[in-house]
Amino acid sequence: MAEETERKRRRWHIAVFLAPAILVYTAIMILPLFGTLQLSLFTADGQSRVFAGLANFRQLFLDPRWSASFWNALGNNVWFFIIHMLVQNPIGILLAALLSSPKLRFSPFYRTAIFIPTILSFVIVGFTWKLILSPLWGVAPNLLDLIGLKSLFVPWLGKEQYALTTLGLISVWQFIGIPMMLIYAALLSIPDEVIEAAECDGITGMAQFWKIKLPLILPSIGIISVLTFVGNFNAFDLIYSAQGALAGPNYSTDILGTFLYRTFFGFQLQTGDPYMGSTIASMMFFIILAGVCLYLFAIQTRLRRYQF
Amino acid sequence: MKTQALTALLMASSILGSAGMALADTTLTIESWRNDDLSIWQEKLIPAFEAKNPGIKVVFSPSAPTEYNAALNAKLDAGSAGDLITCRPFDASLELYNKGHLADLTSLAGMENFSDVAKSAWTTDDGKASFCVPMASVIHGFIYNKEAFDKLGITPPATEAEFFAALDKIKADGTYVPMAMGTKDLWEAATMGYQNIGPTYWHGEEGRLALIKGEQKLTDAQWVEPFATLAKWKDYLGDGFEAQSYPDSQNLFTLGRAAIYPAGSWEISVFNTQAQFKMGAFPPPVKNAGDTCYISDHNDIGIGLNAKSKNADAAKTFLSWVASPEFATIYANALPGFFSLNSAAVKMEDPLAQEFVSWREKCKPTIRSTYQILSRGTPNLENETWVESANVINGTSTPEAAAKKLQEGLESWYKPAK
Repeated sequence: MAEETERKRRRWHIAVFLAPAILVYTAIMILPLFGTLQLSLFTADGQSRVFAGLANFRQLFLDPRWSASFWNALGNNVWFFIIHMLVQNPIGILLAALLSSPKLRFSPFYRTAIFIPTILSFVIVGFTWKLILSPLWGVAPNLLDLIGLKSLFVPWLGKEQYALTTLGLISVWQFIGIPMMLIYAALLSIPDEVIEAAECDGITGMAQFWKIKLPLILPSIGIISVLTFVGNFNAFDLIYSAQGALAGPNYSTDILGTFLYRTFFGFQLQTGDPYMGSTIASMMFFIILAGVCLYLFAIQTRLRRYQF
Repeated sequence: MKTQALTALLMASSILGSAGMALADTTLTIESWRNDDLSIWQEKLIPAFEAKNPGIKVVFSPSAPTEYNAALNAKLDAGSAGDLITCRPFDASLELYNKGHLADLTSLAGMENFSDVAKSAWTTDDGKASFCVPMASVIHGFIYNKEAFDKLGITPPATEAEFFAALDKIKADGTYVPMAMGTKDLWEAATMGYQNIGPTYWHGEEGRLALIKGEQKLTDAQWVEPFATLAKWKDYLGDGFEAQSYPDSQNLFTLGRAAIYPAGSWEISVFNTQAQFKMGAFPPPVKNAGDTCYISDHNDIGIGLNAKSKNADAAKTFLSWVASPEFATIYANALPGFFSLNSAAVKMEDPLAQEFVSWREKCKPTIRSTYQILSRGTPNLENETWVESANVINGTSTPEAAAKKLQEGLESWYKPAK
């Protein structure tokens, strides 16, 4: 009896402590999310709002123009994500491995220097890189000229075939600090006994990394992949600040975020359409939801965890 | 002590309030996208108004041009927009009026100072109600570096053949980039390119109205030709023009590194303060000597009243002042290149602005083809024109393919009244 009341009291306690977070989260995240999902089922009829069922989704996928824009944005977004997975995360792991090496001097300095771009604003990053890569006053053409490779310079941000990749790499430059820090923390948490035991068994150097450390940091890599996925499919700021809302040239850098912005808020003479905008926002939510579920149920459950 | 002071203050304010509005200042806020004009409003226009109208304070609060429409719509919906709204021409403002965000100003004192053409950009389709006071129009043309032209012995070209001959000569000399324009920001290609030279081909108003009526198509020869001419510009632009932004182009010209700048007259005030050399201007070249020339004289800025403004009377006083010749004179001279739409003749000091405005005498004016009615649907014709003009200059699309895409996009939603 006494045990039961104690448990009850404890439960009550938990609810009180969770309440502020849940209330705030519900008010600013969950309600707007359902608001958006609801708005996507409506359409404008003159000045009033009427229920339209799935008509907006049908238009988005079946109208040749809307669907072309949507698939183009989704395709670009996938490529944006692939760049991050292939470049940002492996380099992040490599940097973390180097930083955690006890032989490296000045490692706090490198750690800070590599992490700093992450805390810069997108606007600064977009503007700075636009200047660096500018064919007129940028340092990129001059630097290439110094080593005799001026012929390799291309106005990257203005060419359809390069612009998106360039922006992807700029984003990688900005955010490489995040996987680096997470992996670095994971590497530091590996107990020395495990490493020593490995050394006793004659596993050192690269083999030690592949056979001992990498399996131990796999859960962290999984988390980073999910963070990258969510971050990339919600990306908007960098493209908007570097290329504008029309995501030129010829929509080649248009990702779901910019497509949503243009549709929802309108641009120049185009007036905003909150209903189609919400439809695109809902699709973004479903895509991210599917990706995260895939990770949670198909990948995370299979990851082996080690308890020390 | 603090409470006492506060009580005293509250009492004082309530007494002042009941004593009459004359004692309390009314503050009017102007929403605008012209952040370049901030100093002109603060130093010239607002003091001139406040000196005459004690008790009304005016605050000019601009936002970035590309964000203005979206930000304004959001503010109006939320009820937090300023009292006075700077009006984009045509549909963007008409939509605001139809939604009840802008007040009807048809009977405002001072509106009689404007012609119907001047008011056309801010009038309902049936012409019955006007909702913004016209402020200024902008004219397209080409600004050139006079020193470069003198050095190379070039005279301002009148025909297209002369225009390209001049470009060839500048290119062969190699001192200057022949033409300062980039395609990165897209709108330069459409606004300074397509809409600048286009009216010559589609014969200004004749073609524009025929397009609205459905008698002409964007795939007709007169609408494709300007694209074909634009495609030829590619060879005369600076290195890496694909990544050259609008400010880059401005700087390239004002630093004296480029000879010709496809311009809108709004550049005049900026160029006057930055360029160290003499400048001249010429209208879009005609095809054959002696042809009628056409210019884009585009109604660009008006100012309207937020229908939900709490200071409507003070705001109307301000708007009547904006409609007065006094405002027109201060504005046109403070901002050479923004030409007054007021019927009263305005004397301008700036020679470059005088050159631009003189074309109104000899050329037929029109407005940008995509602005009235044709940009109401999705896909948006104006935005598509930006993208396709840039594609044509970049060489990633042919003039015919670009025109076809625009026409298909327009046809998908626009059914001309027949």
